[in-house]
Amino acid sequence: MEVSRHEHDVLIIGSGGAGLRAAIEASAGGASVALVCKSLLGKAHTVMAEGGIAAALANVDERDRWEIHFADTMRGGQYLSNWKMAEIHAKESPGRVRELEEWGAVFDRTKDGKILQRNFGGHAHPRLAHVGDRTGLEMIRTLQDHGVHQGFDDYQECTVTRLLKDGERVVGAFGYDRESGNFRVFQAGAVILATGGLGRAFKITSNSWECTGDGHSLGYHAGADLIDMEFIQFHPTGMVWPPSVRGILVTEGVRGEGGALTNSEGRRFMYDDIPPLYVNQTADTPEEGWRYVTGDRDARRPAELLTRDHVARCIVREVKEGRGSPHGGVFLDISWIKEKIPNGAEHIKRKLPAMYHQFKALADIDITEEPMEVGPTTHYVMGGLRVDPDTQMCTVPGLFAAGECAAGLHGANRLGGNSLSDLLVFGQRAGKYAAAYANEHGRGTLEEAQIEEARKEALAPLERQDQTDGAGPYAVQFELQDMMQEKVGIVREEGTLSEAVEEIAALSRRADLTGVTGDRKFNPGWHTALDLRHLLTNSEACARAALERKESRGAHSRVDFPDKDKEWGGFTVVLKRGSDGNMEVRRDALPPIREDLQKIIEEHG
Amino acid sequence: MATATLEIWRGDATGGEFKEYTTELTEGMVVLDAIHQVQAEQAHDLAVRWNCKAGKCGSCSAEVNGQPKLMCMTRMGDLPTDRPITVEPMKAFPLVKDLVTDVSWNDEVKKRIKPFKPRPPDFEDGSWEMHQSDIDRVQEFRKCIECYLCQDVCHVLREHHMHDEFIGPRFLVYNAALEMHPLDTEDRREDLRKSQGIGLCNITKCCTTVCPEGITITDNAIIPLKERVVDQAYDPVRKLIQLVTGR
Ligand SMILES: Cc1cc2nc3c(=O)[nH]c(=O)nc-3n(C[C@H](O)[C@H](O)[C@H](O)COP(=O)(O)OP(=O)(O)OC[C@H]3O[C@@H](n4cnc5c(N)ncnc54)[C@H](O)[C@@H]3O)c2cc1C
Ligand code: SF4
Ligand code: SF4
Ligand code: FES
Repeated sequence: MEVSRHEHDVLIIGSGGAGLRAAIEASAGGASVALVCKSLLGKAHTVMAEGGIAAALANVDERDRWEIHFADTMRGGQYLSNWKMAEIHAKESPGRVRELEEWGAVFDRTKDGKILQRNFGGHAHPRLAHVGDRTGLEMIRTLQDHGVHQGFDDYQECTVTRLLKDGERVVGAFGYDRESGNFRVFQAGAVILATGGLGRAFKITSNSWECTGDGHSLGYHAGADLIDMEFIQFHPTGMVWPPSVRGILVTEGVRGEGGALTNSEGRRFMYDDIPPLYVNQTADTPEEGWRYVTGDRDARRPAELLTRDHVARCIVREVKEGRGSPHGGVFLDISWIKEKIPNGAEHIKRKLPAMYHQFKALADIDITEEPMEVGPTTHYVMGGLRVDPDTQMCTVPGLFAAGECAAGLHGANRLGGNSLSDLLVFGQRAGKYAAAYANEHGRGTLEEAQIEEARKEALAPLERQDQTDGAGPYAVQFELQDMMQEKVGIVREEGTLSEAVEEIAALSRRADLTGVTGDRKFNPGWHTALDLRHLLTNSEACARAALERKESRGAHSRVDFPDKDKEWGGFTVVLKRGSDGNMEVRRDALPPIREDLQKIIEEHG
Repeated sequence: MATATLEIWRGDATGGEFKEYTTELTEGMVVLDAIHQVQAEQAHDLAVRWNCKAGKCGSCSAEVNGQPKLMCMTRMGDLPTDRPITVEPMKAFPLVKDLVTDVSWNDEVKKRIKPFKPRPPDFEDGSWEMHQSDIDRVQEFRKCIECYLCQDVCHVLREHHMHDEFIGPRFLVYNAALEMHPLDTEDRREDLRKSQGIGLCNITKCCTTVCPEGITITDNAIIPLKERVVDQAYDPVRKLIQLVTGR
């Protein structure tokens, strides 16, 4: 059986925005780099990002500064964010965005020829650099087209199933080629996880098949800490009809351009419930909100642009109380702006071309004429691998993480646009520091026994007899998704969360009984069986962390503890694999914030 | 219960055949949904690529009833129901398995194209002044999701297999995006004429017809590039002027 071996200074797992940016940085420093990804280069989930990249460029409103971006991020994260990361992120993102332009990105422009920025939820000023509603495509293509000339080796459609260790230190990884089913062993001085999110643990999601949280789980099984796993972002506006498109994202950019959320009574219900933390910044009336959208600097933000956690909960409330749309969502209307501006239909098509096309093609709806139906969809995980804020190293030496699989920046709730900037800022840092680590420590030694174990583990689903009456891994995956949606979803409580933990254990046992048919050549049944283990680990982490946090904060909301609790505001929930293999849960106190940063928060909070 | 019958190509480089599957039809379903349903219920090892399910990543290209399409954007309801729907892999690339083809040739082609080379920044913070009207065209080209459906349908690649001589419409669009980028200072015309075979395109416009992003490949990218290439062959002074004026 073929196992090919590869040696590099830095191994990067994942080629979304974070992985690509890391690869460019590490290569630029002279390191030999391997970039591994499950799908083809340029197809990673980052390609789907729509709205924009947050950076205080101050091109549209010159009052914007890194300090305000920092304060907005901290408030959005309900003060659980790692303040050091939030500071670095706010300071470095403008430079990272300009760098994309140097590499060929073509952002939409202001009238005076600078990068245009748009409004987004929770950002005090227009801050998102964008290209219509296809910003992720622009970003990934720019990084990819620049990257392919930097000399790193890419291994496409290769899935890593296990990290390899030399004592405490991570020194490589084991994986298989999807096309041939053959195995690969990578040996490296440092390993960066950039594997993205885990939305596939839920039934209704905006995420692609790849988002099974492999990096979260690979890191966890290698002994690294996971934090903030109770915080899953449910984006308020996913498509709800027809059923086959349920969950596909409707960008927040629609609301940024003036889109109104209404219930079946035609009421703009977001104006009925404005959280205390945001009263000062939110418009009193839709009229004031519209003035803000069109650039009136004395007006305050429309209520539709409150943070995602809050908007999602308001939508759930409207539906529950019987004021929803025919298919169980609410209405999102952008066509109304035609009353306000000449050539409104053209304006909408130009600003939101992908949304126009998506609704026209998939739902027979012309968004310039009629409202969309929308409802919450699983979108993003704030939780992930705990990293050092400067270097992005995990709590296990030699292992780094960046992008959605790393945690810290977003706390209890991520602001829109702050992910793409996160990928650039911390991808760059991970690349730089991983290369430095590799340079300093050289390559560790691989242990053949670990490789053999990884090989057996990967082959198991093909070799064991199926004991699930042919239902196979897909059925277990569907059941898990249904269960997570119902019990670890937007609204949670002790009883159902405990049930979830038990059901995950039962599903794990079932997963071990599923066999797959066919051989190793591009066999999605086999791939699904292997990904399923990661989904199960991550689901357990989410459920256990959600059970632990006995309060409601940001994206985590408990019916049995409906309020924010001051004391809990000082803790982060940590999950770690115990020596017996069980998942251990603990609380760590957050480090006290630096004084100057506290001042900034007070000034702009 | 409404059902649909699909004939899906099953096989690999050594050979294969259409296999018939019947599956339940639900409202609004797209071809990719039907394929996934078959995969989950009847053929666990059916190979297919996808990522976004929203026409944004260009992974799910295939030929549906003989037409090059993104499976995630092709609705079952829009296809004739009186006969089975055929789903087969793209023809311009070697088959890996079932609906998955080896598209790595495209990566090789891209590496051969001279990268973006901007003029020095206009401002101290490293930024440039560029106006929306100067980039509208380039943004059209940059909408490309690299689905390679245009490559699939172009007769120079599909029928004549001239992969060594011709880079295909996708990479003519790519060249055009670079050549028309207001900041770019590189000159790619000689490569286009010699090693990249722009002359082999005889403007049949099949590529434009299939592009799911609606890029006017032939009229907006290829024809202007052809003109530039001809200009250069006869008039080297013009590029000099272009370089100086930046236009
Ligand atoms: C529809 C949508 C719209 C969004 N819009 C915005 C927006 O406007 N602004 C914003 O800031 N954020 C947005 N987000 C969020 C943002 O796009 C993601 O958080 C971000 O792209 C994640 O990037 P990443 O680099 O961490 O990982 P990804 O882009 O998800 O890439 C993960 C990579 O890891 C690889 N991988 C995973 N597991 C393995 C394995 N086991 N072995 C090998 N490779 C592996 C995958 O193949 C892939 O290459 C949006 C998200 C969605 C779903
Ligand atoms: S117009 Fe040219 S590139 Fe396009 S399909 Fe025809 S021959 Fe090929
Ligand atoms: S130009 Fe159009 S058809 Fe060709 S690869 Fe790009 S998106 Fe696909
Ligand atoms: S799955 Fe992304 S284009 Fe079809």
